[in-house]
Amino acid sequence: MNPQRMRAIKLYKELMFLGRNYPDASYDFNGRMRRLFEKNKSLTDPEEIEKAIQLGEFIRNETLALYSLRKYRHLRRSYPPSDP
Amino acid sequence: MRPTAIRQLKVLVAVKRTIDYAVKIRVNPSQTGVDTNVKHSMNPFDEIAVEEAVKLRERGVNVESIRVITLGQTKASEILRTALAMGADHATHVELPDGADMPEPLGVAKALAAYVKREPVDIVILGKQAIDDDAGQTGQMLAGLLGWSQGTFASKLDVDEASKTAVVVREIDGGGEEIRCKLPLVLTTDLRCNVTVPRYASLPNIMKARKKPIEKLTAQDLGVDLSPRLETIKVSEPPKRVGGGKVENVDQLVEKLKAAGVV
Repeated sequence: MNPQRMRAIKLYKELMFLGRNYPDASYDFNGRMRRLFEKNKSLTDPEEIEKAIQLGEFIRNETLALYSLRKYRHLRRSYPPSDP
Repeated sequence: MRPTAIRQLKVLVAVKRTIDYAVKIRVNPSQTGVDTNVKHSMNPFDEIAVEEAVKLRERGVNVESIRVITLGQTKASEILRTALAMGADHATHVELPDGADMPEPLGVAKALAAYVKREPVDIVILGKQAIDDDAGQTGQMLAGLLGWSQGTFASKLDVDEASKTAVVVREIDGGGEEIRCKLPLVLTTDLRCNVTVPRYASLPNIMKARKKPIEKLTAQDLGVDLSPRLETIKVSEPPKRVGGGKVENVDQLVEKLKAAGVV
């Protein structure tokens, strides 16, 4: 199978998995991701596909960063460091 | 003479299943505890502990095995899967009957001490506290029961395998304290333990973790009594905040302040 196709499918699965834990329930994360993929389904130029995949990977990394930052901030707020 | 083989470190990480940090905690109507029919996840501080153990291996320290252990009802095995997906090798679940009370820090420390006697390890890593009861006692009690060195509220860990010592930087009021301790060691991790945040268990890793076996034990196997020594009389919510009022002009404000006895 085309390696780009493999990457796209893997990325899609990862994004769907990440979307399960999206903090804002009213934000349709998985739906948006699906529509983004559908919009690009007819791409044929390898360069354009590469660009689209990289955008998807960027979204994945940003979402991961969002999750960890949210948790860190919550803990930081709940347990403020004691004043010197 | 043959050189003695380099001893590899064995690491044990204790984790707890707690109510997810993002969930709003509510007291149940009978005022016996909090509503537990909500999303649960691994205690964030324990996540940092697992991450520290995995990082230890990735930094090139000779780590033979990373074991994770939890005490809890059947569902606690979910977080063991998460820990396995993050990079632990073996998991042990000390199962409590469904509906049993959460064991207290002393009970947990005794169970961990009994487990460590069965399966010798060099470093036990725990989160400094759980976000549900905020006791922050288990690590200290465990170190006391075992008679080991303890590095609590650790923000940095450096292990020297040759001399069997570890240098731990602890978070103290207004700075850090660097202590050198002998292995075996009990370490409790603070929020700033890793320079990077705990990794997110990825989908393929979770799939792989499903195949790893989880060892099931009971409190009787370890020979410990986990029944609580404290009795919860009542759990209630903090008093509701009373809203403020608006004043029309300065005179009214002065009047109100006078009524409140401020001026």
